[in-house]
Amino acid sequence: METSSISAKDVNFYYGDFQALRNVSLEMERNTVTALIGPSGCGKSTFLRLLNRMNDLIPGARLEGKVTVDGEDIYGKNVQVVELRKKVGMVFQKPNPFPKSIFENVAYGLRVNGVRDRETIRSRVEESLRGAALWEEVKDKLKRSAFELSGGQQQRLCIARALAVQPSILLMDEPASALDPVSTSKVEDLIYELKKNYTIVIVTHNMQQAARVSDRTAFFYLGKLVEYDRTEKIFTHPSEEATQNYVTGRFG
Amino acid sequence: MRKNVFPVGTFKNKTVMKHTEDSIRAVKKSLAEMWVLVQGQVEKAVQALLTGNAELAHEVIGREKLVDSYELAIDRECENFFALLNPVAVDLRMMLSIIKINNNLERIGDFAEGIASFAARHPGVGVDQQLQEKLRLREMTETALEMLNLCKTALAREDGKTAGKVFLRDDTLDRIHGDSVDILAGYIREHPNAARECLLLHSAIRRIERIGDRCSNIAEDIVFYLEARVLKHSALSEGAVGGTENGKE
Repeated sequence: METSSISAKDVNFYYGDFQALRNVSLEMERNTVTALIGPSGCGKSTFLRLLNRMNDLIPGARLEGKVTVDGEDIYGKNVQVVELRKKVGMVFQKPNPFPKSIFENVAYGLRVNGVRDRETIRSRVEESLRGAALWEEVKDKLKRSAFELSGGQQQRLCIARALAVQPSILLMDEPASALDPVSTSKVEDLIYELKKNYTIVIVTHNMQQAARVSDRTAFFYLGKLVEYDRTEKIFTHPSEEATQNYVTGRFG
Repeated sequence: MRKNVFPVGTFKNKTVMKHTEDSIRAVKKSLAEMWVLVQGQVEKAVQALLTGNAELAHEVIGREKLVDSYELAIDRECENFFALLNPVAVDLRMMLSIIKINNNLERIGDFAEGIASFAARHPGVGVDQQLQEKLRLREMTETALEMLNLCKTALAREDGKTAGKVFLRDDTLDRIHGDSVDILAGYIREHPNAARECLLLHSAIRRIERIGDRCSNIAEDIVFYLEARVLKHSALSEGAVGGTENGKE
């Protein structure tokens, strides 16, 4: 499966009069995990949501600058948002399975995209559940409701659902913040595994999680990208005093 | 590190991490106490060596256990800090440095005990005044103590420049130690009966030289903490200022 690179150049983003992002430029390479960190309201989630045009429908929202995936402007005139989102999957903070069976949750994206062949769907569902490290736990109860799963399992189901349409990029908005430590560590292990096949961007408030799972870390503050560097560097000797204050917990 | 990324006053909501700051203060306080203790040990040990004061020597030997207990206590404080507070960036570098400084200070305490044991075994026999001068013993002991003090000041003031001064002085110790072999050999030729004392004296001189090496290590640790620069095994701390031909232990 082809993975993708992402690039943002001179991005400014406004919610009406409020400027949420100021001149942000960021390059994310293929097969890497990038963590976006920063205090609430710093623009990191806004930035994440720009990458699959989740902000499009917000009234008064306006983008300046350029965001490209594999060199292609995703805000270009001919871009189909549905096609973009097939390529750029998203996992949210709280697990949000559909009120359907485990199997149908994962099959949903495929059916919406017009896949009819039952064998194709079955094998893709299994593949996705395996990819999300959930298959062994659910293989005997695929027809049961997704709501019967634990929170951690539900979150991995949502990841499987995102994987089913074979995206090349996965966006994760605090994917483990509602999970207990065991489920969190499963999701983190999963991110580590998924990196081989996907480019991952993750927003997290958990500093240690950013340190554990990511290759690169971007620190946002007041809508600006303050520092973007290798994760080891950010957590051992950041270049900016503001970054140091944030990662050591001295402001927030 | 680049400062002032944002205009002054941007960090209105800068918070003080009470638990973290308290723990940092506590471990720094323990380290400062240990430092004073170790400095006292070295001062008394060299005094005992030069004057043959056995009483002082026994005091040093008796207090060595206290140095050890400080080392264990500081190790434990650092361990707790890592386990409970997950330090990163400057806090991480500081704790890593403190662990190493702690270990180096404890070794310096051992050397002081070793030096004192010379005087304890030869009560009333100070080192021959003329020989002392030839060996530059006073200069050597003063330099070692100055290095220990420079390190202490550098850490207390968080001043990398002061730490840098330590490396040059280590060179002086290395030279004096290097010269001591020939001087002592000559002395033994003239005073064959003093051969045993001279050998023991040389081992004390070696220990003073080692104290200098340990101080250089501490200075490297301080620079790593403050500036995130690794000087260990680099030209700056070794070769550029003359090298340590006598090696380290």
